[in-house]
Amino acid sequence: MTQENKEGKYVLLKGNEAIAMAAIRIGCDGYFGYPITPQSEILETLCLEKPWETTGMVVLQAESELASINMVYAGGATGKRVMTSSSSPGVALMQEGITYMAGAEIPGVIVNVQRGGPGLGTIQPSQSDYNQSTRGGGNGDYEVIVLAPASVQEMADFVETAFDLAFKYRNPVIILSDGIIGQMMEKVMLPPFKARKTAEEIATLYPWAATGRDLKRKNNIFTSLDLDQERHERHNIHLQKKYAEIKENEVLYEEIMTEDAEYIVIAFGSAARIAQKSIEDFRKEGIKVGLFRPITLWPFPTKQIARLAEKTKGMLSMEINAGQMVQDIRLAVEGKTPVYHYGRMGGMVPTPEEISDAIKNLLIKE
Amino acid sequence: MTKENIINPQNLVYKKPSLMNNTPMHYCPGCSHGMVHKLVAEIIEEMEMTDNTIGICPVGCAVFAYNYLDIDWIEAAHGRAPACATAVKRLWPDHLVFTYQGDGDFACIGTAESIHAMNRGENIAIIFINNAIYGMTGGQMAPTTLMGMKTATCPYGRQADLHGYPLKMTELAANLEGTCYITRQSVHNVAAINRTKKAIRKAFENSLTGKGTSLVEVVSTCNAGWKLTPVQANKWMEENMFPYYPLGDIKDTTKE
Repeated sequence: MTQENKEGKYVLLKGNEAIAMAAIRIGCDGYFGYPITPQSEILETLCLEKPWETTGMVVLQAESELASINMVYAGGATGKRVMTSSSSPGVALMQEGITYMAGAEIPGVIVNVQRGGPGLGTIQPSQSDYNQSTRGGGNGDYEVIVLAPASVQEMADFVETAFDLAFKYRNPVIILSDGIIGQMMEKVMLPPFKARKTAEEIATLYPWAATGRDLKRKNNIFTSLDLDQERHERHNIHLQKKYAEIKENEVLYEEIMTEDAEYIVIAFGSAARIAQKSIEDFRKEGIKVGLFRPITLWPFPTKQIARLAEKTKGMLSMEINAGQMVQDIRLAVEGKTPVYHYGRMGGMVPTPEEISDAIKNLLIKE
Repeated sequence: MTKENIINPQNLVYKKPSLMNNTPMHYCPGCSHGMVHKLVAEIIEEMEMTDNTIGICPVGCAVFAYNYLDIDWIEAAHGRAPACATAVKRLWPDHLVFTYQGDGDFACIGTAESIHAMNRGENIAIIFINNAIYGMTGGQMAPTTLMGMKTATCPYGRQADLHGYPLKMTELAANLEGTCYITRQSVHNVAAINRTKKAIRKAFENSLTGKGTSLVEVVSTCNAGWKLTPVQANKWMEENMFPYYPLGDIKDTTKE
């Protein structure tokens, strides 16, 4: 996913900072957010960089996550590339706006730098919002595209990927990160600068946008409401068709040493980074363990996992939660191979040794 | 004289604004919404701002405002219109951006969004229809329901110990540094309609010139919710609503 940076320089950044810097560079029009640990550096970096003086990007500290997501809702409806970020409890508060965006088909990007829950939980990292993100935390039949970065580089790269997908399908996109990736510092090549879209470009590219009614066209209305149930069912069928198209075309994943693997560990985001270390250790001992990393959590790489299931002795879902993605894996595998789960909760992060033990005890069981 | 002779531009005394379409309104006969909608359409047309206007509708009776006025609209979640308008105006600073909200939307579920948008001095216009009741959901108590007034959820009348007090959001808004023009009007007779039209026009102009937030409260009737005839409702409003919600400008920092 690494893009070429014309300045060609690596910089050392936190994941949160990389998101902010990438947003400015890829021509994001607006960021609306509310402080919450462990992601406040996104808003702080934007305020420090003051892109309103350079690219013209709007940055606003809103009064709540509820206001932030509704700012994204309305900003996206006008054809602008707008985003917000928060952490788990804040994203819970945003679910209303996300389902409205899905219903009214409004593009926008939501970054969730997860922390442990439930409730106010903890400020330590977690992956326990997998279900919240992939099952639709709000009301109604809808789907949100979910990207799970596993490095600071991907934090930077996925901002543009997320906007491209959001506008391609007129749908909200979540970047599901966590406190590990958000707070960790790594070298990163930031994306090259791109100009924000002009009003003329928006009018041409997004004729659906509510930009003020040009008298040559019909007025554009954004709503998720329709009291005519037959028409509303047709709208739902249209949404489901769109979701099917996304499932068909937009699955992203990474495979590490899966070709000859007898055992597969499946992990996303930061968990995949930790698991990779254990897998390398097993390989040194000659035990063929591979890593499959879903990058899109929705659409889930169901077909790819189903194929792998046919040639492996077992799969272990390694998540920093009580076992959420493991349900999607089991649906994909359909009993073809045993599927186990190992995870930690409440802000605890497993070590590579711990994962190695889990692989040994649960998966290999010699 | 034939009908054709009469239909002549010089004989025109009244016409439907061109931005108002022919969709039959769902508003009850006697409701104030239709009148305020017409004023909004007239003003945008007179200001020649159609291609530069983005309206934000509420949840409540005016949820379907987008069905009647042919401008670009964004339908907000309940109470979130000022947050929506904030983003739109900041992203499109040359546009006329307004919200159209009822008392439940603006003064209850959306109080945080309302106060903070006004306090930031967002260059938006807010039209606030206050009829002291939840019309859309069938006549429940609103934050602005008067003391003693009966609704479906205070069937024995609003009492302070059970329900608290009617909220004067407009007076509250006048205390916020970010607001530039705060007024309370009505549309119960021709003179009042003309004053409301002037007030909304001024609020819209303030949105364009960037003077801060303008709020036009329109004390309105809900004869269906109040269980009165349209004529009785107007009279009841004059006798009961106006003493608690007095009409007139409350704040205007735009005067030279």
